[in-house]
Amino acid sequence: MNPELVQVIAENGAPSTHRPPQVAEKALLELYRVMVLTRMLDDRAILLQRQGRIGFYVPSTGQEGSHVGAAFALGERDWVYPSYRDPGVALLRGVPLVELLHQCYGTAQDNTRGRQMPVHYSFRKANLVSISSPIATQIVQAAGTAMAMKIRKEPNVALTFFGDGATSANDFHTGMNFAGVFAAPCIFVCENNGWAISVPLEGQTASPTIAAKAEAYGMPGVRVDGNDVLAVYSATKQAVERARAGHGPTLIEAVTFRMGPHSSSDDPKRYRDPALCEAWRKKDPIERFRHHLERRELLTPRRDAEIRAACQAEIDAAILEAEKAGPPAVGTLFDDVFSERTPQLVEQCDALRDALRRGVVSQGHQGAFPL
Amino acid sequence: MPVMTMVQAINDALRLEMRRDDRVVVLGEDVGLNGGVFRCTEGLFQEFGGDRVLDTPLAESGIIGTAIGMALYGLVPVPEIQFSDFIYPAFDQIVSEAAKLRYRSGAEFTVPMTIRTPVGGGIRGGHYHSQSPETYFTHTPGLKVVVPSSPSDAKGLLLASIRDPDPVLFLEPKAIYRAPKEEVAEGDFTVPLGKARIVRGGRDVTLIAWGAMVDRCQKAAEQCAQEDLDCEVIDVRTLVPLDEATILESVKKTGRVVIVYEAPRTSGFGGEISAILAEKVIEYLEAPIVRVTGFDTPFPYTLESVYLPEPGRIREAVQQVARF
Repeated sequence: MNPELVQVIAENGAPSTHRPPQVAEKALLELYRVMVLTRMLDDRAILLQRQGRIGFYVPSTGQEGSHVGAAFALGERDWVYPSYRDPGVALLRGVPLVELLHQCYGTAQDNTRGRQMPVHYSFRKANLVSISSPIATQIVQAAGTAMAMKIRKEPNVALTFFGDGATSANDFHTGMNFAGVFAAPCIFVCENNGWAISVPLEGQTASPTIAAKAEAYGMPGVRVDGNDVLAVYSATKQAVERARAGHGPTLIEAVTFRMGPHSSSDDPKRYRDPALCEAWRKKDPIERFRHHLERRELLTPRRDAEIRAACQAEIDAAILEAEKAGPPAVGTLFDDVFSERTPQLVEQCDALRDALRRGVVSQGHQGAFPL
Repeated sequence: MPVMTMVQAINDALRLEMRRDDRVVVLGEDVGLNGGVFRCTEGLFQEFGGDRVLDTPLAESGIIGTAIGMALYGLVPVPEIQFSDFIYPAFDQIVSEAAKLRYRSGAEFTVPMTIRTPVGGGIRGGHYHSQSPETYFTHTPGLKVVVPSSPSDAKGLLLASIRDPDPVLFLEPKAIYRAPKEEVAEGDFTVPLGKARIVRGGRDVTLIAWGAMVDRCQKAAEQCAQEDLDCEVIDVRTLVPLDEATILESVKKTGRVVIVYEAPRTSGFGGEISAILAEKVIEYLEAPIVRVTGFDTPFPYTLESVYLPEPGRIREAVQQVARF
């Protein structure tokens, strides 16, 4: 009922109860770089939001170990359904940083054409499915994609991320149940960060753990230290292998903490003790991994500084490019509703163009999300 | 040509398309071994097996949510919701996900899925086996809404829907599932989405309807013909995309309009058609537009026949606009 917490790296970077997975040195450093880039993007994006340069942001600080670690266990042909707090997945799967910035700015070069709030990424080339705001809807879809993989007899898996709040939603239950019944190659990764905006975990569930819920759906439930990237990777790798071998889904609970606010519009001081953050700061996933890599002599302070400088330069360049791009053309408002515009959309587009031409409607500044 | 019921025509279309395209899968409650509670999927499980005809757990959001995941991955799912009255647990997946994925992903992710579900009254089904929920869905950009009114149209429109690259809600009027029968062409044919059908030509009054109400309008038109009132009956066929041109052309000719739908009156799709007519052809109108509809009450059990638009009510509305 209450699985043990799997840990590879102790909080001080020393070896813990489980042995580290076999990972090539280069891959470990890439994993570290993506975690650092994700954190630095977070720090910068919050500033951009405060400066009014982007409208909104959802920070993932503190959760780099859980989402980057889990995604690290996937192959190129596998599919991932992230939540809106998993930007490192896109970076790990090779999406250039500038494409994330184009999305946050909603520019003409945004592959999703400025249609969603920042951080709701979608990258077909990375098999990273368009992110939604409604909670838990992606869980059932991931189960469906995994069912399709099984129907087509392709050895791929679908992995979905969601938070602890999502486990209260009907789609969590439904997705887990369908994946269980059809033995679908699906990996459910709950990043249990303790808080669904202001409501703590004990306000979401009376279960002793999230992992315990797996039993009811006939699948294994694993509980890992979500701030230990190698533990998350190991657990996910096992789940992926199990799924590929035709043994069905797994639920992984990555126990972590949301260090920042829910979003750029949230103030956590209203509902939680800042001392809690201080306690979790000591468990920082990036610091912990850095200590681990230094202990194994795979990373030096100098190399670390170089990695950080390169990330900084990449972020600076991406922001410059996104800020040069400008908004999408007005006509794109009417594209992609359907495969072809309906007569009604053609008529509405023509009327709007005409209103713009006559100056009745102005293409105003987007402004910030107020809530 | 064989004579078929709408159920048989739907079954024929599904079998034909599953033979033609191995990406097509059917899923839903009791659609497998049992062949669906209305028998629309009869024999498909036996022919195509459990990988392509899936009996699912009893959860509508699961049926639609997993179908979306299948469609994103490259399958062409045709999920069935046993009664449209039970579709609401899947409302979020339909409205927030299926309808928006193409738009929100810049067309990188699309959902070529056709949701089949029975609608409407006339089978003594009470609240939860009789409603007409089309308006909830016509108000959602990104979703096509199709309602056949005859067996032949059901086959052609269903084949067009399954082949359509966008999500389609295919509403099957269960009152006319088993009667009337008509000749349905064998083999492959489609009826394009977005084209209304003039069921009966006429010069005096335009009757606009869809689904099971088309037949009732025809009956009313026949009665009116005896009184020398010549009605044109239009079957809208697809509410989204709507064929405004056919409707506008007819109304320009007759100047008199009756719109018939069995859903509750307020905010029904006929209100939208009425607004379009007021915006675009008001100068042609010789009389106020009249709607004959269900009432703004939950769908009743015992009093079903007086709730539904009867040919008598339709006929009276025609006389009212003709005499105005």
